Amino acid sequence: MQMLADVTTPEIEDVEAIISAKDVSVFYGDKQALNNVNLDIPANQITSLIGPSGCGKSTFLRCLNRMNDTVFGCRVEGNITLDGQDIYAPEVDEVLLRARVGMVFQKPNPFPKSIYDNVAYGPRIHGLTRDKDELDEVVLTSLEKAGLLKEVKDRLNATGTGLSGGQQQRLCIARALAVQPDIILMDEPCSALDPIATARIEELIEELRENYTIIIVTHSMQQAARISQKTAFFHMGEIVEVGDTEQLFTNPRDDRTQGYITGRFG
Amino acid sequence: MSFLPLVLVLLAMCTFGYWYGSRRAMAQTDSSVRRVAVRPHQFGLYVAIWGLVPPVFLIVLWGLFQEFGSSLGPALFDQIRTIVFPVVTLLVAAGGLYVSIQKINPALKVRKTIETAVYGVLILASTLSVLTTVGIVFSLLFETIQFFDKVPLSEFFLGLEWSPQTALRADQVGSSGAFGAIPLFAGTMLITLIAMMVAVPLGLFSAVYMTEYATDRFRAIVKPILEILAGIPTVVYGFFAALTVGVFFRDVGSAIGLDVVSESALAAGVVMGMMIIPFISSLSDDIIMAVPQSLRDGSYGLGATRSETVMKVILPAALPGIVGAVLLAVSRAIGETMIVVMAAGFAANLTANPLEAVTTVTVQIVGLLVGDQEFDSAKTLAAFALALVLFVITLSLNVIALIVVRKYREKYD
Amino acid sequence: MTDTSTPGKKTDWASPQLLAKVAQRQRAEKRFRRLGLSAIVIALAMLATLLFSIAGKGYSAFYQTRLVMDVTFSEAVIDPKGTRNEDDLRAAGYGGIVRDTLRETFPDVKSRKDLRELFALVSKGAPMQLRDMVLDNPDLIGQTVPVDFIAGDDIDMFNKGFIPRDVPEGDRRVKDMEIAWFDQLDAVGAVKMVFNSTFFTSGDSREPELAGIWGAISGSFYTLIVTFLISFPIGVMSAIYLEEFAPQNKFTDLIEVNINNLAAVPSIVFGLLGLALFLNVAHLPRSAPLVGGLTLALMTLPTIIIASRAAIRAVPDSIREAALGLGASKQQTAFHHVLPLSMPGILTGTIIGLSQALGETAPLLMIGMVAFIVDIPGGFTDAATVLPVQIFLWADSPERAFVEKTSGAILVLLGFLIFMNALAVLLRKKFERRW
Repeated sequence: MQMLADVTTPEIEDVEAIISAKDVSVFYGDKQALNNVNLDIPANQITSLIGPSGCGKSTFLRCLNRMNDTVFGCRVEGNITLDGQDIYAPEVDEVLLRARVGMVFQKPNPFPKSIYDNVAYGPRIHGLTRDKDELDEVVLTSLEKAGLLKEVKDRLNATGTGLSGGQQQRLCIARALAVQPDIILMDEPCSALDPIATARIEELIEELRENYTIIIVTHSMQQAARISQKTAFFHMGEIVEVGDTEQLFTNPRDDRTQGYITGRFG
Repeated sequence: MSFLPLVLVLLAMCTFGYWYGSRRAMAQTDSSVRRVAVRPHQFGLYVAIWGLVPPVFLIVLWGLFQEFGSSLGPALFDQIRTIVFPVVTLLVAAGGLYVSIQKINPALKVRKTIETAVYGVLILASTLSVLTTVGIVFSLLFETIQFFDKVPLSEFFLGLEWSPQTALRADQVGSSGAFGAIPLFAGTMLITLIAMMVAVPLGLFSAVYMTEYATDRFRAIVKPILEILAGIPTVVYGFFAALTVGVFFRDVGSAIGLDVVSESALAAGVVMGMMIIPFISSLSDDIIMAVPQSLRDGSYGLGATRSETVMKVILPAALPGIVGAVLLAVSRAIGETMIVVMAAGFAANLTANPLEAVTTVTVQIVGLLVGDQEFDSAKTLAAFALALVLFVITLSLNVIALIVVRKYREKYD
Repeated sequence: MTDTSTPGKKTDWASPQLLAKVAQRQRAEKRFRRLGLSAIVIALAMLATLLFSIAGKGYSAFYQTRLVMDVTFSEAVIDPKGTRNEDDLRAAGYGGIVRDTLRETFPDVKSRKDLRELFALVSKGAPMQLRDMVLDNPDLIGQTVPVDFIAGDDIDMFNKGFIPRDVPEGDRRVKDMEIAWFDQLDAVGAVKMVFNSTFFTSGDSREPELAGIWGAISGSFYTLIVTFLISFPIGVMSAIYLEEFAPQNKFTDLIEVNINNLAAVPSIVFGLLGLALFLNVAHLPRSAPLVGGLTLALMTLPTIIIASRAAIRAVPDSIREAALGLGASKQQTAFHHVLPLSMPGILTGTIIGLSQALGETAPLLMIGMVAFIVDIPGGFTDAATVLPVQIFLWADSPERAFVEKTSGAILVLLGFLIFMNALAVLLRKKFERRW
């Protein structure tokens, strides 16, 4: 194949990067999980991270809002900037960072509280609203944006853990939206859901793209192909290939990528 | 001003600080800042912390100072106590409140300050358990050293005679009797041995039956009932041993022509064993459960019966863990007080005959310290020396047992 | 036998030797099984013996013998001046009235020695009983009304059947003469058994029939309050620190090892710590619930910390991640989410820790809570005793009647413990969460 000839840094023109990672390496104790990863995340697009399990895609995602800080013995090297500011700089408050860079997890994890309190939790701790009316409004809009309002508006005081899996995940998305983040990280958000619920979440992710930058880790190549504009392929802790989604899936430059997307390994 | 009003005034000041700080923060964020990183109540807390932490620090210092400060002379000391200290404390509190209120502005990172303060409190709370141990060691060691000033080490650890109560003439050397602790150690060991002879077989066989034979239903009903034994207060066991078991053994003894005293080591030991049964059975239960199913399957697969599997595979595999459990039980038996105080003898009696009365370390500690107390008499100090020995022995047993059990668990995890 | 080990030959499982061997092994199996079961049965039998022996000795403590006699509240004795002044009424010679009553009821008793026996029919508290009646209702003065006298402890024991009639007179505390008087009263229906409210409402006393456990219960209550107020917040904070915040270093290891070892330190050692620290260094009042509570708090702390840590560990990480992902700080995560979710487990552990503290005796002996205290303690610094110590004190008393009181107090103590443990079980059942 002709791949070696034209290896250039893949660029998505006319969109500026909101997050940019340079030479990022992550260690868990002595074990290296990521090795010199470079990636630019374009604003208001959906970027998907794919690769076989254990390839470091989730680790990378968790670097972007410093969730790795909570893992004992985890060390991050290199440089990640958000709007040009180093997010690992000592003066950065990781709490505020996480408010700007929200996260939705693999398994729906609503708090065992009411639906209302789940969504209201973020605005409350960050002091985003002045009074009850404003808070109500934020909760309702967030639920609306997450496409859940119609189903739950009569039972906002019911507990969030009583919803179905797909509804729970949409509740978690609503909860993240209520903090009004710029970026939403999604760590295999559909892996615990059935196909119908998955379809709803995918629809939702595409709608959200207008206002948010979304980075999604997925093990489903079809999903990545369906919803994202840019795709990065991780393998053994490194980025093998990154580029425009269509190009990456139809005409991969690296044969490891080729192998993965045609199902030869992974 | 005495202590309580001072604390109340401090609390009132901080409440005011909280209220005022919150209000001020509220007023300042009234601009159209969309994103406030904190809520007003955090500013309130911030002010309250500034008002509370420095004076509390002062109060603690004062508490330490009081122990030594009386050397200044009572008049001066009293003046400091009633005037200088409260005034200084309140001034410091007011200063803290003022400074922090001045500092309020929306850019101030109050959450960090609050969390640092909370973190400090959490660490302090966790340190208390270490301080407790230090306190135990120091309070015992201090008196014990004084004791060994009066009584030689060799007499205490090698002497065969214990009679601290015989006060001879006050001016005489060693005026308060003999302090040879061997009879106490021997008595403690005798009663512990009897207790173990009751508790180990009963506890272990119960555990084996529960884990290998019993149906879930049987287990669900009987296990909690057995554990009642562990929840009964020791004073109740003591009463039972003294009034029922002791008398029963004496009567049985006289019926078959044996001379059993009603405060026999046997009665105390048997009742103590009874108390320890659930301790051994539940620990062994956990340990037997931790033996991997694959070992059992292997044995059954060869055609072994259940009992053969238990005796030849499970118990040998679980042995280190069970030894650890027994060591923990021994440590508990040695330190047990009420049963022996109520059911064992008081006179030191060096014998290995379980039908006679013996005394134990814990009985003597209680005997020496309950009632009249003159500190620094050898008699009172002896109690601390005994307690130190008790502490060291139980602690060592416990440490060894925990290491053994942990090693065992690592093997199968 | 040797042929089974020869290679190439098959084991003959139907051979008589092997069948016999299998049968023998099956018998051994049965024996072993029976051995295990009998261990459990023996342990349960021991428990049953303990409970029945105490319940059998103690249930009668909840009843009390009363002797009904007509009492003349003579104005000449109680209030000769006729002023109805309360101090005068209080100071009057009610003992004389009691003696007169007994003399009138048994006019045949004449000798001084017999009279002394006669007066012992009723409790030494009888004059106080009359005084309280008069103070309650001064109109009684001058009237003759039937009064339920609390019987003396020996008569009470006799009436309850603990002193049998058929032993020789020299071997029993109640003499034939007293039995005759008792029968005489019984014949006219003047002997009653009533609920023993004294037992539940009064403090300790040298007279068994007047002794009660309310003082000890109050003491236990104040002590446990102090224990709870100290050990609960500190225990929960330690647990949160160790589970959620502590870095993995030597100091954390030290704290953890410490807590595990403290849990195994004999309780009497905590008593000596309390004695040295709170009494000799801090000069807090002896015998006070404050000191007892502090001492027990140090003892209970490891239990609460260990239980709380287990409860906190049971909260799944997905909850923590959810909160952190929204930008909650670690402390906000811990206090808003983890702590409330683990609270049922923490409370269960705390209740169990407190129930251990409630049954604890030895450390309290060291700090002087073993004094004879008649008054009901009214605060944290009053001299007091606690229920288990009261049991210990009564168990030492020679009177037969105190055996009954001791067992009764044990029943009450066990009642409290059962209540607390049931509460813990209930709490666990109700709020148990499967993740």
